[in-house]
Amino acid sequence: MCNQTVSLIAAELERQGISTVILLLLHEVGEAVRPPRALWVPFPHGYPLGRPDDPPRQLAVLEAALRLLETAAGPPALEDYEPMV
Amino acid sequence: MATMNDFSLPIRLLLKSYRWRRIDPVPWAPLRRPLAESRFALVSSAGFILPGQERFKVNLAGGDGSFREIPSDTDVSLLTDAHRSESFDHEGMVRDPNLAFPIDRVRELAAAGRIGEVNHRHLSFMGSITAPGRLVRDHAPEAARLLRGDGVDVALLVPV
Repeated sequence: MCNQTVSLIAAELERQGISTVILLLLHEVGEAVRPPRALWVPFPHGYPLGRPDDPPRQLAVLEAALRLLETAAGPPALEDYEPMV
Repeated sequence: MATMNDFSLPIRLLLKSYRWRRIDPVPWAPLRRPLAESRFALVSSAGFILPGQERFKVNLAGGDGSFREIPSDTDVSLLTDAHRSESFDHEGMVRDPNLAFPIDRVRELAAAGRIGEVNHRHLSFMGSITAPGRLVRDHAPEAARLLRGDGVDVALLVPV
């Protein structure tokens, strides 16, 4: 439900002129609800930025979300996060 | 990786017949300026609140779509997990709220010049909204007006 909630909020922000990107935990919810820009992350529920107390990994996720903001061509833009190993 | 199978049987049954709210048409606000010049805000549905803030209504049918304002200079150790859902593991975000509300990381991105200014406030929702009518009609537009009034260009939204 959280995935739908942030998708719906993102859509309203975009309607009012604010560019958004959401992190998405459930791919199927993104496909059904269609947020404007979503980065699917392969992490468990409750862990959208990967791991607690792991700033480098958290920053890597955020950097991927920022890149999606810069590169997405049009809605809906749903991209998979590919962690650098 | 999160999947629907992670949920309890009652939740899985609910989701099986649940009609997701499809966004159609999908709105699109292109970046107005480079990220390094953009004002940035966070929106999280992790249900965090600060001491003294009203708790989310955990028994409200369909969910509580209201939000709390979190000042961007907040010490994340003050954030309290008030999310009602038992469908996810709360342990990580209780230990490090940045996991679901990355206030410190956003400050670091601004300090590094990757994004422009951090807005003076971020927004905290509690997910678990099964009937999003009021969220769509009232709370989300109110949140958008507030951030737009602040001059926010870009928002990152984080579910749990």
